[in-house]
Amino acid sequence: MKIENRTELKEYRTECQKRQRAKCRVLICGGTGCLAGGSDKIYQKMLELTKNDGNVSVEFGAEIAHTKVMKSGCHGFCEMGPLVRIEPHNYLYIKVSPDDCEEIYQKTICEGKSIERLLYHMDGQVYASQEEIPFYAKQTRLVLKNCGHIDADHIEGAMVVGAYSALEKALFEMTPESVIDMIYESNLRGRGGAGFRTGRKWKQVASQKEKIRYVVCNGDEGDPGAFMDRSIMEGDPHRMIEGMMIAAYAVQAQEGYIYVRAEYPLAIQRLETAIHQAEEIGILGDHILGTNFSFRLHINRGAGAFVCGEGSALTASIEGKRGMPRVKPPRTVQQGLWAKPTVLNNVETYANVPMIIQNGAEWYLGIGTPESPGTKAFALTGNVRNTGLIEVPMGITLREVIYDIGGGIQNGKKFKAVQIGGPSGGCLTEKQLDSKMDFDSLAKIGAMIGSGGLVIMDENTCMVEVARFFMSFTQRESCGKCVPCREGTKRMLEILERIVAGNGKPTDIDELRELADMIESTALCGLGKSAPKPVISTLNAFAEEYREHIEDKKCKTGVCTNLRQFQIDLDICKGCSKCARNCPAGAIEGELKSPYHINQEKCIKCGACMEQCPFKAISVAR
Amino acid sequence: MGVMTIDGRKVEFTDEPNILTVIRKADIDIPTLCYHSELSVYGACRLCTVENDKGKTFASCSEPPRDGMVIYTNTPRLMKYRKLILELLLAAHCRDCTTCIKSGECQLQSLAHRMGVMDVRFENTKELQPIDDSSPAIVRDPNKCILCGDCVRMCDNVQAVNVIDFAYRGTKALVTPAFDKKIAETDCVNCGQCRVVCPTGAISIKTNMDVIWDLLADKDTKVIAQIAPAVRVAVGDQFGLPRGENVMGKLVNVLHRMGFDEVFDTSYGADLTVIEESEELLNRLESGEKLPLFTSCCPAWVRYCENRYPEFAENLSTCRSPQQMFGAVVREYYKDPEKNLGKRVVSVSIMPCTAKKDEILRPESSTNGKQDIDYVLTTTELVSMIRKSGIRFENLEIEASDMPFGIGSGAGVIFGVTGGVTEAVLRRLRKGHNRVDMDNIKFSGVRGEKGLKEVEFDYNGRTIRAAIVSGLGNADALLKRIKAGEVHYDFVEVMACYRGCVMGGGQPVPAGPRTKSARMKGLYDSDVNTQIKKSNENPLVQTLYDGLLKGKEHKLLHRNFEAAKNE
Repeated sequence: MKIENRTELKEYRTECQKRQRAKCRVLICGGTGCLAGGSDKIYQKMLELTKNDGNVSVEFGAEIAHTKVMKSGCHGFCEMGPLVRIEPHNYLYIKVSPDDCEEIYQKTICEGKSIERLLYHMDGQVYASQEEIPFYAKQTRLVLKNCGHIDADHIEGAMVVGAYSALEKALFEMTPESVIDMIYESNLRGRGGAGFRTGRKWKQVASQKEKIRYVVCNGDEGDPGAFMDRSIMEGDPHRMIEGMMIAAYAVQAQEGYIYVRAEYPLAIQRLETAIHQAEEIGILGDHILGTNFSFRLHINRGAGAFVCGEGSALTASIEGKRGMPRVKPPRTVQQGLWAKPTVLNNVETYANVPMIIQNGAEWYLGIGTPESPGTKAFALTGNVRNTGLIEVPMGITLREVIYDIGGGIQNGKKFKAVQIGGPSGGCLTEKQLDSKMDFDSLAKIGAMIGSGGLVIMDENTCMVEVARFFMSFTQRESCGKCVPCREGTKRMLEILERIVAGNGKPTDIDELRELADMIESTALCGLGKSAPKPVISTLNAFAEEYREHIEDKKCKTGVCTNLRQFQIDLDICKGCSKCARNCPAGAIEGELKSPYHINQEKCIKCGACMEQCPFKAISVAR
Repeated sequence: MGVMTIDGRKVEFTDEPNILTVIRKADIDIPTLCYHSELSVYGACRLCTVENDKGKTFASCSEPPRDGMVIYTNTPRLMKYRKLILELLLAAHCRDCTTCIKSGECQLQSLAHRMGVMDVRFENTKELQPIDDSSPAIVRDPNKCILCGDCVRMCDNVQAVNVIDFAYRGTKALVTPAFDKKIAETDCVNCGQCRVVCPTGAISIKTNMDVIWDLLADKDTKVIAQIAPAVRVAVGDQFGLPRGENVMGKLVNVLHRMGFDEVFDTSYGADLTVIEESEELLNRLESGEKLPLFTSCCPAWVRYCENRYPEFAENLSTCRSPQQMFGAVVREYYKDPEKNLGKRVVSVSIMPCTAKKDEILRPESSTNGKQDIDYVLTTTELVSMIRKSGIRFENLEIEASDMPFGIGSGAGVIFGVTGGVTEAVLRRLRKGHNRVDMDNIKFSGVRGEKGLKEVEFDYNGRTIRAAIVSGLGNADALLKRIKAGEVHYDFVEVMACYRGCVMGGGQPVPAGPRTKSARMKGLYDSDVNTQIKKSNENPLVQTLYDGLLKGKEHKLLHRNFEAAKNE
């Protein structure tokens, strides 16, 4: 069936609403995290349980159904997965196992009662409805609105919640110019990292002489720990496709590419399904909804290179070339894919577009801050109580995110730092917890939103080790083209490695700063230029920790194994000699029945003594 | 058009593609290891980074000049960066400079010295890579590669051969043929242009110098040399003489001093080629078959054609190249015991070209089962040998080449520059030989640096269309159009190296734009100074056709696969 005009689209939507009507919906999270936790088994079990129930429809499309069991996209509360949401009660069951299914079916589906042990608990309080859980209550979920609430595998579910109605508005009520104007006025800024104004980008593409243009979506989310884009692609693919289509209409492009990393098989599969289903009903293809607008969409798999998230490397990769950034100008808007003017935005940016078109620029400007309007999705990870995917208005403070949404630091520990913006971002400390999270405020304090990774670190985190970790990532992911990044990051990593190994030299800090300055000022692409950021920001905020590692050969946190100093508490030690007998390096000496001592020069820091001591007399010196 | 301020001085610019060019125009030699005006801008070395008045830094190679721009090229900050970048490059580089073939000409070495890198604080932790010496023309030493990508872009952008590229990434990145094959296993045509642009010793010429020294010292061996046209204009500047100056007379002298028994001029071989090729063109025009006729004097082009356009292999002229014609004639001449005096005869050709090292090994480069030319020495190797000998080249008297193959016509000399073969053939086909006739040909469009030139000329009332291409990328584009039927020619001259043999893969490097045009001019000036302009008017050539060549023209002068076998 192909939808030929606006009326038919309206009819189709009504049709979908009818078919999707249900008294009770069981949404089993089918995001990558919950799937890994076994949510597919829960889904199968639920299907089995409800198989013979006349009230339950498991077949999609059957018109009158009372209960629907479906796999949804990511709910974002990944820490608590596998998640099951049951509507209309909006119960959110956490850490569900297949063994719980029988009870869920009997009690909740049939009787409508909640099962308390499966509900979220915090500080003695039980939260029955998902919306009341602090993790969700403090968020503003606009882009992620449908994630977890619709069946991402079927276009009908998306149609019910208004998918493609913004496209409809753009096609029938707006000119390409007015679409660009609206996006421009909304001040939407690219969610991929740099925060470039989307409307300006579109304007530049639309003004090129060359008439063949492309729309490309960057779904190569490569930051370690970031999964905002993946969740959108998996949970609400049509929203992003719609955004791309509106962009294509605005710049008069007929072809689009979605570049997704191959490590996201589920996202690729959901996008393929979404594209296929949109083509089937004539939302994608030639003469969309009977208009003159034609658009085809292709999916390209990235082969796992972080650098392919950089615009010119990404387009090179789509073209089948080696994924390496090239010099600019010409910029992507002038000569992007196949050397044609190209709109290149990231997943989240496109996902913002439909609601702006639908509600207007004024509405959008009312959210967030005037210079950074809208919301931003973050992947909240690390030593925070509630990890997961969150969406908050721009301008929120870090404190609100960590303490109100994240529930504070795990195990009552003290907050130490937060790494924002992935390996290209910086570390912020206690002092900066009240600064606003928007493009400009963060830039002022030497950090960036980046793609939205937030790694929370507690007092037990060694900041030198953190810098080493991020540097090892950028070093491994350097494409090898320009000298500063290829050779410079290698040497920075070498220095950091020797510091954490206890072989730091007094000149190391100066060398790190010298290399960092040169790399930041001369590297070819943004990834190279920002590679030293984690080192510089930790050097600035935690200079003392670096000094201790280098001069005192000490790691306060005990993270750096080579710097650990084991000590025997003379009051506790009974002189049993077990530690000495188990020491592989012969570093422990003493006489029976009197306290033993460790020869630090000989000690190889293996920790065997501490494990073996029957009296817990051996510990790591802090 | 506009004015920018560079280091406090106003500099005008017009159509310069980037700031780097403007800076150089202002007589500031801003360092770079990856910028070549003939290659696409790559931006890998970052040495050309400059700073603007707001303290923003950017690479000058990739930024277009804008009116009113204020930039600084030599602030302490920039100098610090450059020094550190060079230190980092050196740290990952095989630093056996004293024993490196490139020592003294290495751009990394000279820049490191210029920028004052006196200490390398980092250890070289790179895994040692095997050296690839499988090719007869070049040797690749990945341990000296700085990944500037010049060779890759040369092989791809300019030559369209595309046999090397980057593999792996980060510090593990390597320039290599696909699947880690050896160069000899690829479609490499041995043009050596990768080596011309390589700033370090990562790609160098495969040398024959040691064996030549031994032969020169051997009393039972007669060593014969032939000197190609382009060699004579590329040696002088290596010894302090003006660039592009024709030093043929000094070359003959120095070779005699080094122990070569006879020194001949390859222009003589070129004259033979002109006569044979003109004949072949007329025959083909008459029969209308295998047109256009492609020249075959460039071995890199011949290989390229065979590899990539086998359907045109039949269109290649059957003529041997000047080197090979000469080699076969010399071999035949010294068969006579009176001439060889009972000694073993070794034929050495001195060439601007690395592909010639491969050409002598081809089956059709042998006569009666014996290789016609035994060794090829490139100009660069010859310069090294002269330096090693200690002979003060610049002070040498000139000497005439030896007889009976010591005279070449002006037409034979200009073979070394793009358009030269065509011009020589045109001279041969024209009846007259006065200055007006020669000037008509000269201004017909055969001369100049352009990669593709088209000329039309009249022969006995028939219009003959010729194309002249240099640079295999230009040849590739032209062949595609010929194949598609978009253009039609009767005669196509192809030289694999852009500008012709004067910029061959065996010529001394580095050679900037001024050197390039001086070499071209040097050959045309030599032609002006020659009395014999036309190949068929070379008296020595006539003698040869009437004597030694009689009845053997086909066997000795043509690429005859039968002739390669034993008699």
